[in-house]
Amino acid sequence: MSLIEAKKGQCVILENIEYGHKVKKKLQDMGLTPGVRLCVVSSGLFGPMIVDVRGSRVALGRGILGKITVRNAEA
Amino acid sequence: MDIFKIALAGNPNSGKTTLFNALTGSNHYVGNWAGVTVEKREGRMQHAEHIMDIVDLPGIYSLSPYTLEEKISRDYIQNENPDVVLNIIDATALERNLYLTLQLIELGRPVVVALNMMDEAEKKNIQLDLEGLSAALGVPVVPIVALRKRGLPELLETVVTAHHAKAAYKPRRFNYGEEVEAFVREVELKLPKSLKADHDPRWIALKLFEHDIEVQKLVSPLKFDSGHDSPDRMADLRYRVIGEMISGTASLEAIAFDPLTDRIDRVLLNPFLGLPIFGLVMWLMFYLTFNLGGVFADLIDVFFAVHLSSWVTAGLEFLQVAPWLVSLVVDGVIGGVGGVLTFVPNIAIVFVMISLLEDTGYMARAAYLMDHWMTKVGLNGKTFIPMVLGFGCNVPAIMGTRTIENENDRLIAILINPFMSCGARFPVYVLFASVFFPGNETAVTFSLYILGILMAMAFAMIFRKTLFKGEQSPFIMELPPYRFPKPGDLGIHVWEKVRGYLIKAGTVIFGASVVLWFVLNFNFTGQVPITESFGATIGHFIAPFFGPLGFGTWQNALSLVSGIIAKEIVVANTAILYGLSDTAGAAEFGPVLSQAFTQVSAYAFMVFVLLYTPCVGVIGVIKRETNSWKWTGFSVLYQLVVAWVMAFIVYQVGMLIFG
Ligand SMILES: Nc1nc2c(ncn2[C@@H]2O[C@H](COP(=O)(O)OP(=O)(O)OP(=O)(O)O)[C@@H](O)[C@H]2O)c(=O)[nH]1
Ligand SMILES: [Mg+2]
Repeated sequence: MSLIEAKKGQCVILENIEYGHKVKKKLQDMGLTPGVRLCVVSSGLFGPMIVDVRGSRVALGRGILGKITVRNAEA
Repeated sequence: MDIFKIALAGNPNSGKTTLFNALTGSNHYVGNWAGVTVEKREGRMQHAEHIMDIVDLPGIYSLSPYTLEEKISRDYIQNENPDVVLNIIDATALERNLYLTLQLIELGRPVVVALNMMDEAEKKNIQLDLEGLSAALGVPVVPIVALRKRGLPELLETVVTAHHAKAAYKPRRFNYGEEVEAFVREVELKLPKSLKADHDPRWIALKLFEHDIEVQKLVSPLKFDSGHDSPDRMADLRYRVIGEMISGTASLEAIAFDPLTDRIDRVLLNPFLGLPIFGLVMWLMFYLTFNLGGVFADLIDVFFAVHLSSWVTAGLEFLQVAPWLVSLVVDGVIGGVGGVLTFVPNIAIVFVMISLLEDTGYMARAAYLMDHWMTKVGLNGKTFIPMVLGFGCNVPAIMGTRTIENENDRLIAILINPFMSCGARFPVYVLFASVFFPGNETAVTFSLYILGILMAMAFAMIFRKTLFKGEQSPFIMELPPYRFPKPGDLGIHVWEKVRGYLIKAGTVIFGASVVLWFVLNFNFTGQVPITESFGATIGHFIAPFFGPLGFGTWQNALSLVSGIIAKEIVVANTAILYGLSDTAGAAEFGPVLSQAFTQVSAYAFMVFVLLYTPCVGVIGVIKRETNSWKWTGFSVLYQLVVAWVMAFIVYQVGMLIFG
């Protein structure tokens, strides 16, 4: 599934990012590498989402959320 | 006595500038969000018999640059040969911060790690084995609290030692597994000697594995194939190495986020309450600026207009100074400069409010909350931060656009920023609103700020659809934990800004006031009545341009033209122009002013001042940041046109309704 479908409070495992290499590299540098565990801290009504990754908080816009595939992780 | 260079490198918001200020005694801008520093700054300090040239750099997540300001950091660290790289890392986000540390170490220059924010780490009960960490990294690790200047002497000693032991320093080789190591060996074998002399060959190899474009250029015409997905694997492998390091040296709390921040965010970022609360915060900001600032402003105004003017007049007349000189000092200087200084309290409050947004960490949240709406006009939430900064002054705000990744997005952000009404335009609104809309000053002024925001949004959309078509860049931004602003720091920041405003009043505005006084009192034949002066001639020449907008008098034309030097000059000029006929000075020019305008034309005038070409400072920064005369010229012209058209609409429609 894509990260956009994840619910607030849910934790998931990152599988892949489908985006241009610059953006992808930036996300990887910020810690979003395949296999990392992400937890959704909050999500807006129609807007961006905040995820916890490696002890820091990253806000991600809708445009990129749909391009990140994740799988469920038991909480 | 030895002199050496130290580069401060680290993730955004890790406390580099705080440390820089503590070491060099400077007052550079610190804020609690990622991307405060956007240019390199140098400072010098002495420690025992050592002189250290310290360079503060923009924050970076990695040595592969992504945005403009990150490139500044990488270029410096890589090409300027600092003697020691001082890597500041945030102890509460160790895992993410060490990612850069590994790369800095691989670069091959002596590295010292300053483990910052130890106060917060202690509060969170993070247990760290510093010796273990230092051994794993192969570089010294010194715990500090930059904010309270704790641990700095030890840090400096360590830096000096690292500098002296430079010749013997060998960077640790982190083991990334056989595939990477095989690639590294291949590259090391094929690299020419000349390259190996200047750069650590292992570093070149690892960067090639990451497909780093700069390093690919460096080794060309040689080419190495590491497979198309090797950058992904490299990032993963680095984090694996870090994971092992951390599991051996840090307790579990090291990866938990600040719980208090979470509790606050549950309210402030609530999907339903978040935006209304943000609206309230902005409203409060303006409310306090108008009302609290206004109370002090009135006191100052009375001081300048009534007391100072009459004392100085009396004093100069007692000294039997020529009447024209008395007029120059009282009408020109006190009238002009005083008219501007009256607004110092309001300006100070704007800056207090903006600093509070920045220092607490709410600024990054504002970007998050606005992302949806910014997306609607083709930008993303990050662009909102320079817009808010624009309420203070557009010059640093436009520099702040450097953190925007996409070049097109950045150009749009630069072009729309001047519509955000800066502090210098505020005096014009207050002056006109208090004469023409008494009782409704706040509402009138607020409406102009809103109009500015709407125009900025509208033009973002227009530019996106016409000049800068293309894909929207995604919103990616780190959110810091909330922090309590330090009153001392806040005071220093605001004072720095207010000082800038005062200096401008004392130099640019002062000079312009004197020049204007001459222009209004002389022509080729000598001293003449104001209506025959140079000023009147120039003004008459331009005035027809403003006729359709309802304020086509020569006085206004002259004010608006000189206002391009600095927008406060519009106020200074108005004070001089309409105050001249009346020796009591600025306080009593209300009645005179009200003969020159109607309510409708006064509002059209304010709309014009809001939107027209910003001051020369902004024009200069647009030139520097776009590096193009074409865009600079475009920005000047389109704003002039937009201002004219909007003021025209306001005046003509207003006349139909109220006229
Ligand atoms: N509690 C605590 N806060 C700190 C410490 N050092 C810095 N801060 C705070 O951390 C925030 C970021 O500090 P800056 O010095 O602006 O960070 P920077 O690394 O220069 O950030 P950029 O310029 O955005 O890369 C500010 O709110 C500081 O007050 C510290 O030792 N302890
Ligand atoms: Mg900084």
